[in-house]
Amino acid sequence: MKVGIPTELSEQECRVGATPKTLKRLMKQGFEVYIQNGAGSRANFQDSQYQAAGATMVSSSEELYRLCDIILKVQAVQEEEIDLMHKGQVVLSYLNPAQNLPLLEKLAEKGVNAIAMDAIPRISRAQKMDVLSSMANIAGYRAVIEGANHFGRFLNGQITAAGKVNPAIVLVIGAGVAGLAAIGTARSLGAIVRAFDTRMEVAEQIESMGASFLTVNIEEDGSTDSGYSKVMSKAFIEAEMALFKEQAKEVDIIITTAQIPGREAPKLILDYHVAAMKPGSVIVDLAASSGGNCTLSKQGEVIQSDNGVTILGKLDQLPTQASQLYGNNLCHLLDDMGKAENFKIDMDDAVVSRAMVTHDGKVKWPPEPLPVSPQKKQVKPKQAPESPKVNEEEIGRKKGRKTALSLAIIGGLLFLVSLFAPGEFMQHLTVFVLSVFIGWQVIWNVSHSLHTPLMAVTNAISGIIIIGGLLQTTNDISNPVTILAFIAILVASINIVGGFVVTHRMLKMFRK
Amino acid sequence: MISTQIQLASYLFASILFILSLGGLSSQTSAKRGVLYGIVGMIIAILSTILGQGVSGHIYIILAIAIASVIGLSLARKVEMTSMPQLVAILHSFVGLAAVLVGFGSYLDPKTQALTGVEHSIHLVEIFIGVFIGAITFTGSVVAWGKLEGRIRSKPLIYPGRHMVNILLVLVCVVLAVLFTMASGTTGMIYLLIMTAIAFFIGVMMVMAIGGADMPVVVSMLNSYSGWAAAAAGFMLGNDLLIVTGALVGSSGAILSIIMCEAMNRSFFSVIFGGFGATPTGPAKAVDGEVTAMDHSEVADLLEAAQSVAIVPGYGMAVAKAQFPVKDMVENLQAKGKLVRFGIHPVAGRLPGHMNVLLAEANLPYDIVLEMEEINEDLEQTDLVLVIGANDIVNPGALDDENSPIYGMPVLEVWNAKDVIVMKRSMATGYAGVQNPLFFKDNTNMLYGDAKDSVSKINALLN
Repeated sequence: MKVGIPTELSEQECRVGATPKTLKRLMKQGFEVYIQNGAGSRANFQDSQYQAAGATMVSSSEELYRLCDIILKVQAVQEEEIDLMHKGQVVLSYLNPAQNLPLLEKLAEKGVNAIAMDAIPRISRAQKMDVLSSMANIAGYRAVIEGANHFGRFLNGQITAAGKVNPAIVLVIGAGVAGLAAIGTARSLGAIVRAFDTRMEVAEQIESMGASFLTVNIEEDGSTDSGYSKVMSKAFIEAEMALFKEQAKEVDIIITTAQIPGREAPKLILDYHVAAMKPGSVIVDLAASSGGNCTLSKQGEVIQSDNGVTILGKLDQLPTQASQLYGNNLCHLLDDMGKAENFKIDMDDAVVSRAMVTHDGKVKWPPEPLPVSPQKKQVKPKQAPESPKVNEEEIGRKKGRKTALSLAIIGGLLFLVSLFAPGEFMQHLTVFVLSVFIGWQVIWNVSHSLHTPLMAVTNAISGIIIIGGLLQTTNDISNPVTILAFIAILVASINIVGGFVVTHRMLKMFRK
Repeated sequence: MISTQIQLASYLFASILFILSLGGLSSQTSAKRGVLYGIVGMIIAILSTILGQGVSGHIYIILAIAIASVIGLSLARKVEMTSMPQLVAILHSFVGLAAVLVGFGSYLDPKTQALTGVEHSIHLVEIFIGVFIGAITFTGSVVAWGKLEGRIRSKPLIYPGRHMVNILLVLVCVVLAVLFTMASGTTGMIYLLIMTAIAFFIGVMMVMAIGGADMPVVVSMLNSYSGWAAAAAGFMLGNDLLIVTGALVGSSGAILSIIMCEAMNRSFFSVIFGGFGATPTGPAKAVDGEVTAMDHSEVADLLEAAQSVAIVPGYGMAVAKAQFPVKDMVENLQAKGKLVRFGIHPVAGRLPGHMNVLLAEANLPYDIVLEMEEINEDLEQTDLVLVIGANDIVNPGALDDENSPIYGMPVLEVWNAKDVIVMKRSMATGYAGVQNPLFFKDNTNMLYGDAKDSVSKINALLN
């Protein structure tokens, strides 16, 4: 099998489908790799490096497309590239299938099997090939670095001979992969980080990265089965806007990462938010390419607002790193598809069938939805509403009958006992039974982790049997009763003292 | 000398304090207060008894308490948290012994001999039952102590027809009880002695028949018995405080036994009557796959790479006293910004709540120590699970292999995590004696060796 890596047509695209490192992996998988001259130059990879790794260099894209069975690209193919392709060829690249239906139709017409890397479902098994995650990770990191670059102060707090420096406050909106990466990076630079997300479940992840989770006082969870968040209600958005207004006055850098697939990015930072920010503050809009989370941001541009807030609508791609991760994602996918030897398009495979947007001349978009694994929502099975209720009632009735029966037996036994037993015994029995009930009620409340201390305490308390010994001692030590009582007092006291001391020791160790 | 009324009032007050004491253990914050209530209650009970009417021989009483306090203090101070189960077991035996002694004392007491008619018979029955329970508690606890201490083989000792023998022995005791109540004066002593010997034997055999993994149930059951023994002593002495306290302790132990049994999905009776209740109906599922071992540096690398780590400790951690290096490791990982939590199975260790005590000893905060139900859902999103010296409580066979002896027992589903490291001394099976398919899973790696040693080595590599 021959794999080809063409030079990206778009001048802005600096990444490349394979690096010398991932190329070696491809060769290990059994592929022959062809690379167009200069394909990696914008990502700082020289042709000589590729050659040293074992690639065959090809001078023109025509030749490359003619030779190869599989094409690894970054940007979606353009029409002039489709012309060079042939039937049965497999191409892996970003395709943005939701917005690019005409392109998909053209690819299908040509008989090309196109895999949209950005349509890989976000399930655990496919994480290793999830380019959105790996690229978002880079974007999050870069957002902080570039934001800091435009910010005129330190991010970390310092107390120096020249005076005290307060740490910068960074607000991250949207805690997906990019948001979490931004939190981690900003934290490691020493900033105070706050983060907001409509999905309640990410609160823990945010806190685990060291940021504080901001939330509004409205019970609404934005989680969906796709792993993205949904569009929220009006009341929620109003509360959210008010929260951002408050935050905008305090924070120094805002990083927005909110994107909803196939839609324009939600507008989260409005004109009045920007106006509320301190001069010199920075907004990094990672959603600029899909319309921007900030009303003022412009894609591909760095602008200044009237009150001196810098708004970044573009980020460096970090092409060397990005190509490496992207290339790894591609390798993993090819690995899953059977490597060179058993390469096969398995339309029954949950991952491949969803990413394969054109196959055998047909457009396969949109795929069936597949819920992401981490946020398993319990979908309650819809039972016939009547039957369980009946069952419950029946069980209740059965239970009732059983209880009634056992109560009757107990009552009968008590009656029998009362016929023979003296009054004093009945009194003691009363005390005994009531105590058992009290104990039963009290002990169920004891927390799991305290079971050992509970045993030690009950142990000490059961040393109360000492009273038996105390009542039996006499002044005459030669009396066998006294000797027995003496030993009884001795062992019972060991119990009392030992039990209490050891419980105390244990409890002292529990700390929050 | 205080009046009987005051004494009864003090007893009532002590009973209330004891109830509050047990109630206090419902949470960590109120637990210390609970112990204080218990101590105060005990002091009030003892003082009001000593100062009450009809008590003599104060010098001997004080002597006995003084000697016992010294012994008790040094025992409790010295004991290591890992050998807590042994201490608890031996303390139970003391209560049993005391109950036996008090029973004999009560029989020899002239006051008993002065009773007549039904009252006399009932009193003798009370003595008989009290001694019976006390004797079983005594020898049962001693054997439990021996097993936990490793002086007696922990393998269940089961002989054919033992249920018949036990039933027969109990019947003999019933006959002895009848003879005992009919005997006049102290001539019934011989029956009481024979019965005590039989009860001693029953106690020994009962615990001998129970395997090591069931120890938490046995210890809590003996805890319960010691309570019932105290309650029985209360009946024979006509003392309500003893009855109340005994009943509290008895029901507490019973509840603990039930909780432990539920955690192992076994009926109480099948545990008590020895061995495993249900015999497997067919051969256990064949385990396929390979066991892969790792070395310390690879484990350290995995830890470095993981964002969230869950630690599942078992008896192996207690044996190796690994809780201290584990604590260092946790702090180390937390300092690196990782989410570290503990998952505790209800029957991990040899005593209910054993692991919690060990982790608390190492000064680990209890809010990162989670119960099985709390952490099981989260394991799926956990990068790495470290199983330290646990086996049966992480056995997937309990969920999917109907022929497994532990089928149906709730377990920690560690295999759902991305990676699992199992620290173990060897490939030997756990107490349940079943093979663990977890070890053969692709995402499981073994790290052989003593847990303390291994964790310390990993700590060194993490820095």
